[in-house]
Amino acid sequence: MKVVSCLLSLVSYLLSRVSLSSALEVGRMAVATNVSPRSMKNEKSVWQRLVGTKRRRDTIEGYLFIMPVVLGLLIFTIGPMLASLYFSFTKYPILRAPEWIGLRNYVNMFTKEPNFWQACQVTFTYAITAVPLGILGGFLLALLLNQRVRGMNIFRTTFYVPTIVPAVASAVLWGWLLNPDYGLINAMLKSVGLPTSRFLGEPESALASLVLMSLWGVGGGMVVYLAGLQGIPESFYEAAKIDGANSPQLFRFITLPLMTPTIFFNLVMGLIGAFQYFTEAFVLTQGGPLFSTYFYSLMVYERAFRFTQMGMAAAMAWFLLAVVLLLTLLVFRSSALWVFYETEVK
Amino acid sequence: MVEGKESYLGLGDIRFDRPLQALYILLIYALLVVGALVFLLPLFWLITTALKENAEVYIFPPTFIPKTFRWQNFPDGWFYEGMNFPRWLWNTVLITGTVTFAAIMASSLCAYGFARIKFPGRDLWFMLVLASIMLPGAVTLIPLYIMYNQIGWLDTFYPLTVPAFFGGGAFNIFLLRQFFMTIPIELEEAAILDGANRFRIWGQIMMPLCKPALATVAVFTFQGVWNDFYGPLIFLTNPEKYTVALGISFFRELYNTQIPLMMAMSFLMVIPTLLAFFLAQRLMIRGVVMTGLKG
Repeated sequence: MKVVSCLLSLVSYLLSRVSLSSALEVGRMAVATNVSPRSMKNEKSVWQRLVGTKRRRDTIEGYLFIMPVVLGLLIFTIGPMLASLYFSFTKYPILRAPEWIGLRNYVNMFTKEPNFWQACQVTFTYAITAVPLGILGGFLLALLLNQRVRGMNIFRTTFYVPTIVPAVASAVLWGWLLNPDYGLINAMLKSVGLPTSRFLGEPESALASLVLMSLWGVGGGMVVYLAGLQGIPESFYEAAKIDGANSPQLFRFITLPLMTPTIFFNLVMGLIGAFQYFTEAFVLTQGGPLFSTYFYSLMVYERAFRFTQMGMAAAMAWFLLAVVLLLTLLVFRSSALWVFYETEVK
Repeated sequence: MVEGKESYLGLGDIRFDRPLQALYILLIYALLVVGALVFLLPLFWLITTALKENAEVYIFPPTFIPKTFRWQNFPDGWFYEGMNFPRWLWNTVLITGTVTFAAIMASSLCAYGFARIKFPGRDLWFMLVLASIMLPGAVTLIPLYIMYNQIGWLDTFYPLTVPAFFGGGAFNIFLLRQFFMTIPIELEEAAILDGANRFRIWGQIMMPLCKPALATVAVFTFQGVWNDFYGPLIFLTNPEKYTVALGISFFRELYNTQIPLMMAMSFLMVIPTLLAFFLAQRLMIRGVVMTGLKG
């Protein structure tokens, strides 16, 4: 059989110099003989004959189904990533063609860019305060909302609702709540005799105010923890109680270890989100006062779209990617030490 | 007061003698009520401020209930001179509708391929899809901007809508794949015996069976696009083309003393997301459960 199909291929090749259509016809026969003689005998559609075996048909159909995302990744993710890596080595003021300058963008970014390290520091400070506080708050809230008392669904909804308020609306609202002169929060602090704050108006308190704002959205993480808590089988607790475990022990040796995968998930997603924090800072502070809320993505935005230094902006974006990758890798590496997976016991 | 038999969950099974147990439940309710008040206060403040006279917002101590309810704030803000909220709403609806439709179609097709067909390279592509969730948007943004600039797409809705047709969001694909995998394969085998091809199985078996998951995708996508600020900020420049999110920020920049009007417009922007949430609440929490749990 193989010989026949090889011969036919050769004929088809030779024929192709004379007539394309007859060459195709013979070529198709070659494929058909090679693949599955059964499909020739049975009355099958042209399509099925063409695609042949189940395995090959699965491959073709599989790729047809995932075609949108394959094309999407190539056109909107991988292609642009490579392009921006190239741009990061060029001087590219959009109106003129990119000009290769080697590593100069990176060198300038680390040495000459006036607010680069400030932006790194602001973003890092935000990440290491807002993310752990969000995890802790969300987790404690989930513990509270997992108690079995009547009317709990209403409370769960209440704590979740702030997370669906659009970032712009939330920024506008919090800008007013934190208004130093007429805002509700200062008014409440004053009425109970506590010291007030200028909040977003002063370099010392601006970043902390944004962290405070972010905590209004802990409900998002809370839902995930709640799901995790409800996934813990009751039989675990029952078995431990038979062995004489008390409440703190149940928490320490059952709840907490079984929740570590969920905490891990929220930690990774939280860090990635924190490093891209943009909207609230853009709407409320524009990086001020005195660059105290000059987030990394604000800096990239300014470079790219205010000063149209596309090469420099691409270099900054790639440095951000490198840092995020490194941190994610570290978190993944550390997970062996503290994240518990059930399969380890079985 | 306690429903069911036990109340561990978290702090373990805390069981006391009767009076202590009552005290414990009282403590939980106290925490819940105080917490709920703190979390709702900002939203409450959004609504009362939206209904106040402009002068009333500067009074100390601030009033919790407006002295006179000024409903006129809503039309005043909506038709504010120089602003164009009706147009911005229409733009937002157009973009949101297109993207939601595209995301449902594209992500369910891809999810079906990943969940049900075995082929070489599948797992690699699936890993790439998952990895793209973690990619900071800034890395692809600049070349995309340049590309859109060259093909004349800047200041149109295409950069905001067309990408959705290509995959419809990595998160959605993941969510639907997980859901598809829970559907018994026997249903499909029966259909194959009856001569259905995969495309028909996707359209006539999987899609109807997965309505809850599709609704979840629709709500997530709707909220994501409705709330999106970064995309419109970068790709749209003409105020005629703005979305509501961009419009509110524009309004705040120009007239930041019009506090009640600003709050009224922000409140209007919150309403559709709240409605979508309450309509699909149960489906949505189930969706989060499915993707979040196995981390």
